[in-house]
Amino acid sequence: MHPAFSVVFFTTATGAGYGLLALLGVLGGFQVVPPDFWLGFVGLGLALGLIAAGLLSSTGHLGRPERAWRAFSQWRSSWLSREGVSSVITFIPAALFGLGWVFFGRTSGWVAVAGLLAAIGAVVTVCTTGMIYASLKPIAQWHSRYTLPAYLLFAAMTGSVLLNALLQGFGVGSIPVLLLSLLATLAGWGWKVATWRHNDGLEIPTTANTATGLAGGTVRSLEWPHTEENYLLKEMGFRIARKHSAKLRMLTQALAFALPVLLLAATFASSWPYAAVPSGLAAIIQFAGMLVERWLFFAEAKHTVTLYYGR
Amino acid sequence: MTCLPAHTDKKLGLVIDLDTCVGCQACVTACKEWNTGGHMAPLTDIDPYGGHVDGVWFNRVHSYEHTTEMGGRTVNFPRSCLHCETPACVTVCPTGASYKRASDGIVLIDEDKCIGCKLCSWACPYGAREFDTDVGVMKKCTLCVDRIYNDNLAEEDRVPACVAACPTSARHFGDLGDPQSAVSQLVAERGGVDLMPELGYHPTNKYLPPRAHTQRAASVPAKALEPVRAEGGFLGWVDRMLSN
Repeated sequence: MHPAFSVVFFTTATGAGYGLLALLGVLGGFQVVPPDFWLGFVGLGLALGLIAAGLLSSTGHLGRPERAWRAFSQWRSSWLSREGVSSVITFIPAALFGLGWVFFGRTSGWVAVAGLLAAIGAVVTVCTTGMIYASLKPIAQWHSRYTLPAYLLFAAMTGSVLLNALLQGFGVGSIPVLLLSLLATLAGWGWKVATWRHNDGLEIPTTANTATGLAGGTVRSLEWPHTEENYLLKEMGFRIARKHSAKLRMLTQALAFALPVLLLAATFASSWPYAAVPSGLAAIIQFAGMLVERWLFFAEAKHTVTLYYGR
Repeated sequence: MTCLPAHTDKKLGLVIDLDTCVGCQACVTACKEWNTGGHMAPLTDIDPYGGHVDGVWFNRVHSYEHTTEMGGRTVNFPRSCLHCETPACVTVCPTGASYKRASDGIVLIDEDKCIGCKLCSWACPYGAREFDTDVGVMKKCTLCVDRIYNDNLAEEDRVPACVAACPTSARHFGDLGDPQSAVSQLVAERGGVDLMPELGYHPTNKYLPPRAHTQRAASVPAKALEPVRAEGGFLGWVDRMLSN
């Protein structure tokens, strides 16, 4: 599948944004983190900024962005529509939560309720994003039980690493949050490696034989219907990454998981203000690593239409 | 609504005979010609006379080499929308632009509602949908919905353009929901198959596999060609003399 940068950035940014929003909602709502003005302002600003930037970026993928409002109508059948609806609904409690925290300086009472609702909305939205991919049968690498947990896990991972960086930055570092970010990164790493192993061992029942209805023997593409690449090949016949897959997987593991783990471990051993440096670096490097991971998620995915082209 | 109809009164579709298709591309050009002025018009061409030709087509004919223990053969394979009974391209549509008609089962796009998110093309395993970069919306085969019900056309012309154009009658159009229809009988008789049945899209269009190999051709071989090397004897002498 062609990794359109707008979609790669969208899923990475909203994943981190919703992860951060959910954690701030829960931890703020339960008074685990203090209702500090700057923490609320920067933290929620960053979370909602990432979400908004991601959603705006995703409209860049559309052929007719001016009609995007229509995407809220088919929530009964379409995961993409459900994603649109839940992302917009989540803004309501998130905005109330931000209002309470930043302007009224409190995260208790109705503000806590808004925070918890925002967290639920964030989780639901990430689920709908994951299901868009997990529900696509023609792409075996996505239509698997690994896809939805990956979206949730990576949102929790990038969100917690971001939250840890913020807390360390504002000198209110929390050992449980640091531990959570470290464990989530390790869990994300394990899940990604397991996913790759699963995908590499996939035995896909759909072949050039079933695609053409020609039973038995081998079916070899003799001639394409067209001399140049068409929409199908540009959008779904992407092959560049498969060639560099091993290197890109190593890069993903280094940036998204290994380096953040080391930097977070180093945070344990340091105190404010020095602890802010490895924590901040971990968040930035992990975000870059997740962009590579998401790029690879698209580029390594093979659509059944490529069978018609002998690819 | 992009929810699928529980039942369609008819299941209009195509039956494509892979045995008789000669890969002449007549159905491809007839489709393009009709549809670039039809329901989903235009079928945009980008850089049509340049080095990077691209464009929207509803019907594409591939050629394959199918090799079994019985031998090998070339199979020409027209590929277009199969108007599936459970088309995921419709249910994934976030705007309601894609729909399956309850009356005849045809899968269509309302271009005015399409936002061009391309998700439907990802959901189609057959590559039936092509994005029009010029208009910014998705396009697909309409089963010539503007021909098959068109009272302005003569009765015999009320078939999809690809079917009308096929010189070897490899394409058949009809109601596959009616077991008595000519197309259903043809499918039953020739053992018509679904493409990628394992994905569960339940395509309406059926493909008739090539007929089994026979030994007839091998039993009446053409006479061996005469050798071109110089022969001996009198005729050889004549040949050499005349060749000089």
